[in-house]
Amino acid sequence: MADTILEVRNLKKYFKTARGTLHAVDDVSFTIERGKTLGIVGESGCGKSTTGRAILRLLEPTDGKVFFNGIDITSLSNFKMRQMRREMQIIFQDPFSSLDPRKTVSQTIAEPIIENRLLKDKKAIEARVHELMDTVGLAQRLVNSYPHELDGGRRQRIGIARALAMEPKFIVCDEPVSALDVSIQAQILNLLQELKEKMGLTFIFITHDLSVVNHFADEIAVMYLGQLIEKAPTEELFDHPVHPYTRALLSAIPIPEVGIERPERILLKGEISSPIDPPEECRFAKRCIYTCETCRKSCPKLLEASPGHFVSCHLWKDFM
Amino acid sequence: MAEQKDMVLEMENLNVKFVLEEETVEAVNGISLHMRTGETLGLVGETGAGKTTTALSILKLIDSPPGVLECDRMEVCGQDVLKMTTSELEHIRGSLVSMIFQDPMTSLNPVFTVGQQIAESLERHENLNKNDAWKKAEDMLELVGIPRERAIEYPHQFSGGMKQRVIIAIALACSPRLLIADEPTTALDVTIQAQILHLMKELKEKRNTSVIMITHDLGIVAETCDRVAVMYAGRIIETGNLDEVFNHTKHPYTEGLFNSLPNIKKRKHKLQPIHGLMPDPTNLPKGCAFAPRCNYATEACKERRPELMGFGGTHQAACLAYEQAGFHIERGKTNG
Ligand SMILES: Nc1ncnc2c1ncn2[C@@H]1O[C@H](COP(=O)(O)OP(=O)(O)OP(=O)(O)O)[C@@H](O)[C@H]1O
Ligand SMILES: Nc1ncnc2c1ncn2[C@@H]1O[C@H](COP(=O)(O)OP(=O)(O)OP(=O)(O)O)[C@@H](O)[C@H]1O
Ligand code: SF4
Ligand SMILES: [Mg+2]
Ligand SMILES: [Mg+2]
Repeated sequence: MADTILEVRNLKKYFKTARGTLHAVDDVSFTIERGKTLGIVGESGCGKSTTGRAILRLLEPTDGKVFFNGIDITSLSNFKMRQMRREMQIIFQDPFSSLDPRKTVSQTIAEPIIENRLLKDKKAIEARVHELMDTVGLAQRLVNSYPHELDGGRRQRIGIARALAMEPKFIVCDEPVSALDVSIQAQILNLLQELKEKMGLTFIFITHDLSVVNHFADEIAVMYLGQLIEKAPTEELFDHPVHPYTRALLSAIPIPEVGIERPERILLKGEISSPIDPPEECRFAKRCIYTCETCRKSCPKLLEASPGHFVSCHLWKDFM
Repeated sequence: MAEQKDMVLEMENLNVKFVLEEETVEAVNGISLHMRTGETLGLVGETGAGKTTTALSILKLIDSPPGVLECDRMEVCGQDVLKMTTSELEHIRGSLVSMIFQDPMTSLNPVFTVGQQIAESLERHENLNKNDAWKKAEDMLELVGIPRERAIEYPHQFSGGMKQRVIIAIALACSPRLLIADEPTTALDVTIQAQILHLMKELKEKRNTSVIMITHDLGIVAETCDRVAVMYAGRIIETGNLDEVFNHTKHPYTEGLFNSLPNIKKRKHKLQPIHGLMPDPTNLPKGCAFAPRCNYATEACKERRPELMGFGGTHQAACLAYEQAGFHIERGKTNG
């Protein structure tokens, strides 16, 4: 039997806006197995961050359930949830704005340890901070530095150390390397990979950079306008994408090689439509080149097209 | 002299410093660029490498103070930019050379319609009257894939991708000989990026415009450029045509960049990051700026700044390791 650590069931997060109800996350369901990394990709505004936050209840879901180790965390009291959150951490994109500029590196890393009373003895806290700094590759000489004195890569290492301080089992990484240069990005990706293997962590890895998840994730979920439109093991998704949007997305990635045969680029027309009160049709219908009557009449459901490969498209059989 | 006439840009030994109260930033340290008509050059490098500063220097748009620009020669289509008066410079900006700035949201004026903004540049540079300029502005919008009726709308009514199309329309309205595009798609999603790059390529081919494409994305370079120059700490450390630089990489930094990149086509290979950080531009190492991070650095690298040297064809790299007999980098081989 699969060892499921997280199950998300019919998750919804709506925002009331002046122009109507914004469907940021609209009926998303998936599971993750322990020790695996699920990559969530999709264009700006498709609901990746909102999904990540709603899972941790940093945003209260509008509807739906989230099971962590079999426990329905959406029904936990705030107190119980706070305890649960030790096991469920998040790392943000912008390491600068998520760090307190007045706190030193060691104070920043010690903060969650003190707040959650994981350790009380001053010496023990200090030792733990040192240990965490070693784990994430921060030199000990930086203990008394402030965030503004550090580069983006080191700040991101602080964010990772803070998350690890709680000894979590599960971490949502929300664009953890998007703000970094490639040479530094590779350092952080390797660190996360190492931690995952050493500690048996489970990750949700949110990014708009498909080459990064291709490298990092075991499975990939593609979102479009608040919905999950395709999910499959990484290799399967890259080799046999089914949904017309996924195929266009993959074909749009610029490949840093010269003299190779490039796959034909599928150019999409127009841009992502509004997530406010979306009409009852396929969310991709306006940009899709295959749109037919059915697509305009109803929104397709996520189906298992082949074992482990889920897709939400009326015409999926034509694309298999 | 046909060859001379073919050149849209000749820049020789550009140096730009920013002299601040407590320190001096050495942003660009001896860059030479030569561009022919119709050619697309990719200028790549990481944050702070000096790409934007180099581009702004071509139009003498460096704020001074704190900027100090020195250059042995800077000619745009045979005209000496260094000697130009402010009004002469105004004239070539937009007509001979135009630029797509790195921060797209600041380059459109929120209080004018997009049509007015394109027309304004046409009135100024092409001496068109109001009516003709407006008509041509509408034509330009259509050319970049926006219905002409939308000329009367304001920038905030447009999405990110459409704003970038408007910016391209403005930049190309006066048919410049040289277009400098500073990270034109960095803020956009990949599917929109693909649309914009496709559009730029089409327009450039139609008009034989030369393009300097500034980017940190080697994938974009591979797909849109003829030549590439890799910058590190204000210098060009490797340059050549795409095959030379991508398939026969010579410089250790370029090699490091390639090894850091997650590659869609090689899923399981382990990333090999470049260790350490970019040098502080207020305190550059005396020798090769890459030496502290370089796996091949020798004693000489710490003492002497390497100059670009030829590797056959148009390929040049600045690396002292090649002074050792037999030194070579493997990337080209394993790649082939
Ligand atoms: N607090 C909020 N109030 C109203 N709308 C919101 C709020 N937070 C997010 N949204 C909207 O919800 C949608 C999904 O946003 P979200 O940040 O989850 O997208 P994303 O996929 O993470 O995008 P990006 O790649 O740009 O980070 C967007 O349309 C966004 O504008
Ligand atoms: N007006 C200025 N005053 C002081 N320093 C400056 C100024 N403009 C640029 N610099 C510095 O010059 C160096 C080169 O900057 P530049 O913007 O040219 O880099 P870039 O390669 O375009 O980087 P990015 O990829 O981040 O756009 C940097 O160290 C930068 O901080
Ligand atoms: S000159 Fe020396 S330090 Fe610089 S890249 Fe070459 S080998 Fe490395
Ligand atoms: Mg987000
Ligand atoms: Mg720049």
